[in-house]
Amino acid sequence: MGRYLIPLVLFMVLAGFLFVGLNRDPHEVPSPLINKAAPAFTLPQLKDPTKTFSAQEMRGKVWILNVWASWCVTCRDEHPLLLEYAKTRAVPIYGLNYKDQRPDALAWLGELGDPYVLSAADVDGRVAIDYGVYGAPETYVIDQSGTIRFKQIGPVTPDVWSKQVLPLVQDLNRKGNQ
Amino acid sequence: MKKLLLICFVILSLAVTVVAWDVRPASGDDPVVEKRLMDLSKELRCLVCQNETLADSQAGLAEDLRREIREQIKAGKSDQEIISFLTQRYGQFILYRPRVTPTTYLLWFGPFVLLIGGLVVLFRYIRYNRDSVKEEPLNSEDRRRAAELLASDSRKETA
Repeated sequence: MGRYLIPLVLFMVLAGFLFVGLNRDPHEVPSPLINKAAPAFTLPQLKDPTKTFSAQEMRGKVWILNVWASWCVTCRDEHPLLLEYAKTRAVPIYGLNYKDQRPDALAWLGELGDPYVLSAADVDGRVAIDYGVYGAPETYVIDQSGTIRFKQIGPVTPDVWSKQVLPLVQDLNRKGNQ
Repeated sequence: MKKLLLICFVILSLAVTVVAWDVRPASGDDPVVEKRLMDLSKELRCLVCQNETLADSQAGLAEDLRREIREQIKAGKSDQEIISFLTQRYGQFILYRPRVTPTTYLLWFGPFVLLIGGLVVLFRYIRYNRDSVKEEPLNSEDRRRAAELLASDSRKETA
């Protein structure tokens, strides 16, 4: 009996590691930007390029920055949910239109609806690099002081929204009002 | 016939030069910058196709990051500055050779621990086997007992 114990334990440890590995997404890279200042940017607005939008304008508010593009397939899946979240007015959602052609992006919003307060056009993807974007959609929750509190890589699912984003937003708003 | 071969050869070599011109980097105006860009991006991971280096990847993000690195090289930034620019945004994961920090100890030293552990098990196994087949010659006490047992046995049989 004793001679089988050590190999059995080793096997169990290995199997345990592999089992945990099965349920982890290797594409989810932990962002070093959590609890760091959201990188400043000023970009032309998508709908009216003569106006600009900058992250600094949002000081004092809890807001969401959602990176999207008309060429991004998963964004299309996420879109109806964003429309729903926007309707609840729990938190303002701003878009970062990532490496897109303006006509395509406008047509996309026209066809599917526009959940964003406004979208900023990051045509060459430079702001996205500052935000460590490597695959759209990505979503950031930014607090009153301009600090990134949460980042979702991939679509914001109903589960993520109700269990992580909403409680965080409510918590931040409560703290901000004190 | 010879003429034809010669013509074929000339055409072929021309084709080769055309291809060679095509693979030159599109914006490779400064070979020193391009060399540094290549060396740096071989050390960096493309985050879209994670098992490719930034140098090999054709993904859109990889192109953007190469452009970013090229600009920073031209602006006179050191390799160290560029790497910290990228790790601040994308984390340690972008480095193909992760730094030695407490979170990567297992990654760096795990294989050696396994190797040493394996060697220990191997040597113990060899020694155990060698010990178990060791022949022990009978000493005088053993011989006397054996003789006694045999004697008592034969006495029983004759009785």
